[in-house]
Amino acid sequence: MAYRTTVLICTGTGCVSGGSFNLRKILEAELDKRGLAKEVQVITTGCQGFCAEGPIVIVQPEGVFYCQVKPADVPTLVEEHLLKGRPVKKLLYSPPPQKVPIPALKDIAFFAKQKLVVLRNRGMIDPEKIDDYIAVEGYTALGKALTQMTPETIVQEIKRSGLRGRGGGGFPAGIKWETARHAGQTRKVDPVVICNADEGDPGAFMDRSIIESDPHSVVEGMTIAARGIGAHEGFIYIRHEYPLARERLNKAMAQAREYGLLGPNIFGTGFDFDIEIVQGAGAFVCGESTALMASLEGKIGEPRAKYIHTVEYGYKDRPSNLNNVETYANVPLIILRGADWFASMGTGDPRENPWNGSSGTKVFSLVGKINNTGLIEVPMGITLREIIFDIGGGIPKNKAFKAVQTGGPSGGCLPEDKLDMPVDFDSLTEAGSMMGSGGMIVMDQDTCMVDVARYFISFLTEESCGKCTPCRQGLKTMLETLNRITEGKGKPEDVDLLREMGEVMQDCCLCALGTSAPNPVLSTIEYFQHEYEAHIRDKKCPGGVCKALITYGIDPKVCDGCHACVRACSTASIYGDVKQVHSIDVHKCIKCGACIEVCKRDAIFRA
Amino acid sequence: MPKLTIDDLKKIREQAQAKMTLRSGQARGKITVHMSTCGIAAGARDILDALLKEVDRRGLHDIIVTSSSCAGLCSREPMATVEIQHQAPVKYVDLTPEKARRILDEHVLGGKIVTEFALAAGSETTS
Repeated sequence: MAYRTTVLICTGTGCVSGGSFNLRKILEAELDKRGLAKEVQVITTGCQGFCAEGPIVIVQPEGVFYCQVKPADVPTLVEEHLLKGRPVKKLLYSPPPQKVPIPALKDIAFFAKQKLVVLRNRGMIDPEKIDDYIAVEGYTALGKALTQMTPETIVQEIKRSGLRGRGGGGFPAGIKWETARHAGQTRKVDPVVICNADEGDPGAFMDRSIIESDPHSVVEGMTIAARGIGAHEGFIYIRHEYPLARERLNKAMAQAREYGLLGPNIFGTGFDFDIEIVQGAGAFVCGESTALMASLEGKIGEPRAKYIHTVEYGYKDRPSNLNNVETYANVPLIILRGADWFASMGTGDPRENPWNGSSGTKVFSLVGKINNTGLIEVPMGITLREIIFDIGGGIPKNKAFKAVQTGGPSGGCLPEDKLDMPVDFDSLTEAGSMMGSGGMIVMDQDTCMVDVARYFISFLTEESCGKCTPCRQGLKTMLETLNRITEGKGKPEDVDLLREMGEVMQDCCLCALGTSAPNPVLSTIEYFQHEYEAHIRDKKCPGGVCKALITYGIDPKVCDGCHACVRACSTASIYGDVKQVHSIDVHKCIKCGACIEVCKRDAIFRA
Repeated sequence: MPKLTIDDLKKIREQAQAKMTLRSGQARGKITVHMSTCGIAAGARDILDALLKEVDRRGLHDIIVTSSSCAGLCSREPMATVEIQHQAPVKYVDLTPEKARRILDEHVLGGKIVTEFALAAGSETTS
């Protein structure tokens, strides 16, 4: 049925801080009461650009523009305008909206397709002031959870929302919470709540940015989790390399304690919970659940086999609920606005079965060969193409896209024909990559896929803890093989060896670091096997990266003898008089690329 | 300080909201410098220092200079947001202390957006 009237409520961050979501709830209730729900549609919109006058409400088709609408104005608005058709004068925006000489933020491609849930307060509030967080409905969800919900309903709400673990695995948080709660009750042991802030993937900085932007959202999310699970003790395991994030967390926790929002008897309800920050020493493997908990206990950060899950026997053998920063930061809004709201974003309907689809949004750090490097939050199900070409603004210097790497060292590289794939947990896994914590590295035509695989395997070889043989030896063999290929000494059987080694590791390694480690190799073999063959058979590197397989040359038709390359060359391998065509002594050349950087006419090539 | 009750939380929220949206009438304008690890690495600290010094030197008591976190667009850091009563916030990109002082002068005090440094007006959309 068509609606006769549509009410648009602005949900730009400015208006939201002025209470536009609450306004929507009240308006819908009022419309329901008056029997107008079937005639009047209420929708939320992007920023209208009049943030200082928010919350903004626009009534269509008349186009009446209301500003600073408060909950108390809603009955009048419904009675006068929506029922009787008379615009409410006192709420009308009086001076005509000025024409602003610059574009609106919602029209800038980088911002247009983003949807902020976790990053809702980024750049808006002062992360070091608890009052700022409270102004944007902070700790309201905790109040609701402690006074209007039981621990069981908290867990059920998270389960119904379909929130899946943002650390990469995508395990439904609600099921984990339920298991931890159950284990605590049956064993009569207090569970613990742990936040994994040991973000170690190269090129990933989502968790750092969430903590730096909005530390209280993580603290509030953990406290709600603790209430649901029945925990009174929590830990944030954060890497040593994040000093500012740690400082902001410490400040946030001190302020929350002062207000009684953390510590004993929160909100006077008798519920006690506190958090301790523990610093990781920078080992990549400590992002893995069992290694993280061993490290928390003061032991060497090594994983153990997981026939018994940490959610039942984890930190000091207590039931331990481990979620990542972004997962916890989602929790307050799910409690405040409900599971249905969260489930309405993203793919699938997870309300009956949290494995069915990927609800909500995901934060990505968009890096590599991309015009708009940045931290983005998008609804699940968006395509890679929209992320890279719309939000990211495409590849610099009009170069061709080659691959996008998702999921860090545990993920894979996806080629151009996967660009229209939806970004969600299951699609990415099916394509041989993974969501991971959200690093997204874009690669252009000048990237060598064998070298990319070699880079990740060399990273993992250093980070492997060495406890289990398949990981320790498998990575070493893979690295030797890849090194050989990039040096032009590859053998025809090397690709099969890599594949076989990868499959053994997937089956036999002790922890997820090892089982997912072959992904960069296997996915590049699957999608870019021709590059491996070019290295091995033709002794050529199509990306022009592997030094042993390329030589530098100067195109005599293009070179104008400007001498810039001669000055840039550190080994004096370029010769030629000024205004005469130059040439390169390939025996002296160390292939550093400094000459290419300075050549204004693109006369120097790699072949 | 004693424990907050749910009602106390509401009171703090209302007071803090008025302050944040420049409705309390105490301030004419507000400049927010975006300071996370990324922004600081790009020089945001110098922007904040320059603004604080300038505001102090000229005795501009009704201009708030504050900091917030990353605005997301790392490639255009350092960034700042200018808010003036009854106007949409404006995001500025690729700042230097010199540009920041000009923005303070022309936009915050003079009311005219410095279009050459501005990215866009408005705020981001929340789900």
